[in-house]
Amino acid sequence: MARWGMAIDLDRCTGCQACVVACKQENNVPFSTPAQAEKGRQISWIYIQTEIEGEYPNVKVRFRPMLCQHCDRPPCTFVCPTSATYKNEEGIVAQIYPRCIGCRYCANACPYSVKYFNYDEPHWPKQLEASLNHDVSVRYGGVIEKCTFCSHRLTKAREQADAEGREFRDDDYQPACVQSCPAHAMVFGDLDNPHGTVAAWSESPRAERLLEDLGTKPKVMYLKGGA
Amino acid sequence: MPHLDSQQALKQDGAIFRPIMKPTRGYAAIVCALLAVIAWAAYAYWWQLRRGLGMTGLNRPVYWGIYITNFVFFVGVSHAGTLISAILRLCRAEWRRSITRMAEVITVLVLFFGVGNVLLDLGRPDRAFFVITHAHFTSPLLWDVSSISVYLIGSVIYLFLPLIPDLAILRDVATGWRKRVYRLMALGFTGTEQQWHRIEKAISVMAVIIIPIAVTVHTVVSWVFAMTITPMWHSTIFGPYFVVGAIFSGIGALITAMVILRKVYHLEDYLRPIHFNNLGILLLVMCMLWLYFTFAEYLTTWYGHEPIEMTVFYAKIRGPYAPYFWTMFVTCFIIPFSILCNSRTRTITGTFIASLSVNIGMWLERFTIVVPSLSNPRLPVEFHMYHPSWVEWSLMAGCFAAFILLYTLFTKLFPMVSIWEIREGREVAVTETVERIKTYLPMEPKGEVAK
Repeated sequence: MARWGMAIDLDRCTGCQACVVACKQENNVPFSTPAQAEKGRQISWIYIQTEIEGEYPNVKVRFRPMLCQHCDRPPCTFVCPTSATYKNEEGIVAQIYPRCIGCRYCANACPYSVKYFNYDEPHWPKQLEASLNHDVSVRYGGVIEKCTFCSHRLTKAREQADAEGREFRDDDYQPACVQSCPAHAMVFGDLDNPHGTVAAWSESPRAERLLEDLGTKPKVMYLKGGA
Repeated sequence: MPHLDSQQALKQDGAIFRPIMKPTRGYAAIVCALLAVIAWAAYAYWWQLRRGLGMTGLNRPVYWGIYITNFVFFVGVSHAGTLISAILRLCRAEWRRSITRMAEVITVLVLFFGVGNVLLDLGRPDRAFFVITHAHFTSPLLWDVSSISVYLIGSVIYLFLPLIPDLAILRDVATGWRKRVYRLMALGFTGTEQQWHRIEKAISVMAVIIIPIAVTVHTVVSWVFAMTITPMWHSTIFGPYFVVGAIFSGIGALITAMVILRKVYHLEDYLRPIHFNNLGILLLVMCMLWLYFTFAEYLTTWYGHEPIEMTVFYAKIRGPYAPYFWTMFVTCFIIPFSILCNSRTRTITGTFIASLSVNIGMWLERFTIVVPSLSNPRLPVEFHMYHPSWVEWSLMAGCFAAFILLYTLFTKLFPMVSIWEIREGREVAVTETVERIKTYLPMEPKGEVAK
């Protein structure tokens, strides 16, 4: 079984937000209205966090794509009263929307604040309804949602490999954000594959995990930005 | 063993029967007012059901607001009854006799609103039963469901058992539909020696069982917060801190109810200044315990000075939540302490003011535990101050109104002072207590050697 993980090189990230747009499109994440934004209720499975260091004129801005860290010891799955959120056998922290009761305990327990609650029913401009992705279920009001590492793509890639009568290779599957990154700042793959790029990147001396000291064992690696 | 002489009871303790037998004027008006508030809350809930939790003031990262605050508050108040009455019973505190019933009723009724607020808070209340059908036992929420269910059942039994002899008395004096209800509920109690023996045994067994259950309930409520690694939630003293706060707010609620019932139903003979004085001392003790726990909690946080903990700490002490925090401090400590530490101000009015203040303060305490930690997560998230919406305030008002309505309905159906326990006090306990006190003292030195 693979153990899927991601590595992001912050030196390469330009903060262009292509990953954000690709994710919204791929995963049927609804547009936030200005009213929702004002109340702090936007849903964005991945977003660019800007970290500003220093004061003018010696200012440094860093960008950090923030998404579910797919912890190996996720605080969110422990507290879910109905097992609606759980870690699957390939290490992806998943969410079963029809079982979620909307108590938001997982969202409070997540130290990365990357679980989102549907305060309202999802909404798209009429023209865009036709472009919804049929591989991903549309969530309704009252449930939690989050990044799934585009696990529907994994299912599809496996089926494709089966149909072609060949072995499934871990480069058959990539989440939308990784695929769309123009700066090649993100790589994705099996952390247990010693020859894979993700494994190589995570060996880098620059590699760090976010809030690693909490013991959550995240599977998203960040390669620290240089000076 | 008290006599089950109903006619004599009616003559001697008429004041207890009066609210049941004769509806007081103005009661209808109060019921209408309460129903109006409840109807408004029902409308607000319908609004929230149709449009979802977007109708609240919640956001990301403040996913929990005053529904969860109310949940913790109501479950805390539930410690008024059962726990206090059980402890007083076990200690054979003779002054308990006229207050146990009032306390036990609060427990049972208020628990429904504790549980109810969690349901109000769900994004998908239609799926609430998934908590049972898809139970996931590592979730502290499930521990809550388990312990509160046990507590609710235990409290109902503990309320019902001492009610049985009173129901038998009422059955003998009531007429019409009431007689039928009381006969059904009295379970054929006629006051034989064996029945008295059994009921007293059952009550004392329940009084012992209910204490650990009550302690677990509020401990587990605190663990909903403490089991996460959220700053200023992840605290080892949260269990006992919440239990102390629960008993504190419980006594506050009890005194409030007692003062009102005393006034409205003219129970001056039964609820005398000594009762308020004694409960006032108990409230004072809890007040100091509360200060001790609060001080320990905040001092260790401040001394450790971990940046992430300090963000939440300062949000409470001098940040956007400072008004809530300092009002809490004044109403939980300064006001009750200064009233209760002086025997001259520890009067009925004094304890009433102190307990109202404690009620407000303990609600604010729950609020300042729930919200500031959530609005200051570990990683930077855009800050949005949480302001409860009209839907949330309406539902909160509805909960309080519904509680008061149910409580007053209870006073119209059942005696708020345990009749048989008062009679037992008069007929049996006075001599028994004298005998008991003698056993505390050294033997009379006259002649006989102790065996």
